[in-house]
Amino acid sequence: MQTTIDQYQAVIRAAAESKTPLRIRGGGTKDFYGNPAAEQNSTLLDMTDYNGIVDYEPTELVITARAGTRLADLEVELDRHGQMLAFEPPHFGSAATLGGCVAAGLSGPRRAAAGSVRDFVLGVRLLDGKGEDLHFGGQVMKNVAGYDVSRLMAGSMGTLGVLLEVSLKVLPKPAIETTLCMAMDEAAAIEKMNQWAGKPLPVSATCFADGQLFVRLSGAEPAVRAAQVKLGGETLVDDMVFWRSVREHTHGFFQPDKPLWRLSIKSTTPSLLLAGRQLLEWNGGLRWLSTDDGEDAEAIRAAAKEAGGHATLFRHNKSGISVFHPLPSGMMKIHRALKEKFDPSGILNPGRLYSEI
Amino acid sequence: MSAQQLVNQLRSFLPPDAVLHETEDLKPYECDGLSAYRQLPMIVVLPQTEEQIVKILQLCYATQTPVVARGAGTGLSGGALPHAQGVLLSLAKLKQIIAIDPLARTARVQPGVRNLAISEAAAPYGLYYAPDPSSQIACSIGGNVAENSGGVHCLKYGLTVHNILKLRVLTIDGECLEIGGDSLDSAGYDLLALMTGSEGMLGIVTEITVKLIPKPEKAQLVMAAFDDVQKAGSAVASVIGAGIIPAGMEMMDKITIHAVEEFLHAGYDLNAEAILLCESDGSTEEVADEIRRIHAIMQQSGATNISTSNNEAERLKFWAGRKAAFPVAGRVSPDYYCMDGTIPRKRLADVLRGIEELSQEYGLRCMNVFHAGDGNLHPLILYDANKPGELERTEEFGGKILEMCIHAGGTITGEHGVGMEKINQMCSQFGAGELAMFHAVKAAFDPAGLLNPGKAVPELHRCAEMGAMHVHRGEQKFAELPRF
Repeated sequence: MQTTIDQYQAVIRAAAESKTPLRIRGGGTKDFYGNPAAEQNSTLLDMTDYNGIVDYEPTELVITARAGTRLADLEVELDRHGQMLAFEPPHFGSAATLGGCVAAGLSGPRRAAAGSVRDFVLGVRLLDGKGEDLHFGGQVMKNVAGYDVSRLMAGSMGTLGVLLEVSLKVLPKPAIETTLCMAMDEAAAIEKMNQWAGKPLPVSATCFADGQLFVRLSGAEPAVRAAQVKLGGETLVDDMVFWRSVREHTHGFFQPDKPLWRLSIKSTTPSLLLAGRQLLEWNGGLRWLSTDDGEDAEAIRAAAKEAGGHATLFRHNKSGISVFHPLPSGMMKIHRALKEKFDPSGILNPGRLYSEI
Repeated sequence: MSAQQLVNQLRSFLPPDAVLHETEDLKPYECDGLSAYRQLPMIVVLPQTEEQIVKILQLCYATQTPVVARGAGTGLSGGALPHAQGVLLSLAKLKQIIAIDPLARTARVQPGVRNLAISEAAAPYGLYYAPDPSSQIACSIGGNVAENSGGVHCLKYGLTVHNILKLRVLTIDGECLEIGGDSLDSAGYDLLALMTGSEGMLGIVTEITVKLIPKPEKAQLVMAAFDDVQKAGSAVASVIGAGIIPAGMEMMDKITIHAVEEFLHAGYDLNAEAILLCESDGSTEEVADEIRRIHAIMQQSGATNISTSNNEAERLKFWAGRKAAFPVAGRVSPDYYCMDGTIPRKRLADVLRGIEELSQEYGLRCMNVFHAGDGNLHPLILYDANKPGELERTEEFGGKILEMCIHAGGTITGEHGVGMEKINQMCSQFGAGELAMFHAVKAAFDPAGLLNPGKAVPELHRCAEMGAMHVHRGEQKFAELPRF
């Protein structure tokens, strides 16, 4: 039998009462992500039981599902109607859930062209740190009533509320997709990706790895064919497998056990001269850096900041430093104030995002 | 501190003409685009630099003086209505386009820059700023951020929140925050989303980095007439169901068609119960393919009359009627009352039928224009405020439409904001828990409640009252501006 909202509320209220941290968890596929949750003296709040699609009307371009719904199940249902989650979320395992996807706030290869998970969030139902059942946003595309609390949930790592339901905007799948592949150096690839992004071309994803630039074109057949002629290059066979490997980090670039940094920066930033190997996505706006142990975190963070962005120690944090880029004091003040309002007892995934919240 | 003391302090760091306090000087600031609500501010300040704004805020914070930010003053929900004991902070003089980076496809601009000016400045690079509220020749980008403005192209290209990267924000105590980044995401909570649409309640935006996107090679429009609203609604669903996201998809009902055709001669079919305008944009090949498919869907959906624009002049002519719907409403009726609900599209026929029934019940005509792609409905109730009791009936009618939007699973405002106008309807849309959380969010940024007090989120004790937007002929500012 499905866990009821009353039961979740009871758990939260008891935890608030006893100041016992809750570890909110979906499929556990992103347990590796973020600062480690304190195992001791904390309670696991398993959300996988609270699942199922609540409402899906393909012609409305909106799907509403419970947080424990498996991302894979959601995508199968969308696919049956020729639709998709346009932000192409990474799953990092078959058990990945919708709630975890939104809480982690991660988007995949299509992000630079289509938008991020937060761009597609239309509404949420959540329990705050007092167990209050709250609804924000809705199931419509345009809604400016009240502050945009629903989008605030994306990427908040469960520190502000326990997601119960999420409504997402969905989009039709492109009629066809094809991937071009061309050899060039990194500087040329950064230049090309950004030039093409400024032209009316149906580019839906880019990746630069090992001296090869991969460009995915998506859309109506005549548009894709015309762009293919304009851009040149070889057509990549099995391109779906390739993009899945980039999205899911199964591509050969992603080494097990090596610290992996994620630098989200201005896309036109020239090649970053940092020790380690890099793979680029999002027209150069996302740079994965695979390092040997003991690389200089300060230097990496300084480079990301200099390039207008931030650096996350995405996997294999061996030095115990903060996974997420430290915030300026003024920003941290606002973060703490928000945390205090949503979760006055500080029990929702404390420390997972920053030690202060 | 007295008004005069505050004026003196402000003048210690602002030029004399940047501090207004004589009634005749304050008068132009007494309302925004919603002229039914008027209030003279205590003082108006017109700073030119961020440094000056910091000092203004520090002074207001120290003296606990309310601050209301204002851009171009074209807003329609009274969000920039002044506070009687407050300072009205005009950002109109900060109108510099600081930099355009064509390769990175971004523009750094000050808040007073007009929406359209950004696209004009980006045009030489083949780029533009996508959100296009119909008032874009006048409205400012800072105001767009405050309201999360949309436009007729937002189903495909998104709202303001989807098209900005970074904000410089001053909190009420004068501290500067950089929210967002030159990157596509940033560390920590998504405060960029929270700031967008926050109606000047959380901070003062002093600089915005917007995304620019490539100008489509081509745009083409299909205009289809229907003898039944339901059929037009089904045609919209069929277009989406066929996997097409049109650049724009607009619907007008019969009374609107007649009203605009009389004034503009856009070539609309006067026998139609509804007209759909469906635009495709992109590469030449893409548009040709999409237009062919849209045409076929309109035919299958039972359109009685279908035209496709053959050139740019014809496309703009088809659009002209739709864009002029609001100015025209002001000509056919002494007054009109505008609503801004959003509904799930599948409920359109029900809601329009409900509005028609209410229209008969109240004996008041109502024009309906509809951003059909995203479900944003703009019913315009036509009335005459000089007829006793008509205004009150209009208010009641409008309130019932908003209730209907909420019941249909929608929202009371899709793009105009809550401001002063819809503050009472917030009580219908949200429960006490959500409203309390909104107040808490505000307190996280502005604990003393000095920024735009009394707007957007009602105090719980207020929740029984009603409010509405009324546009008097000749009283609405920018009455001839295309709207929505």
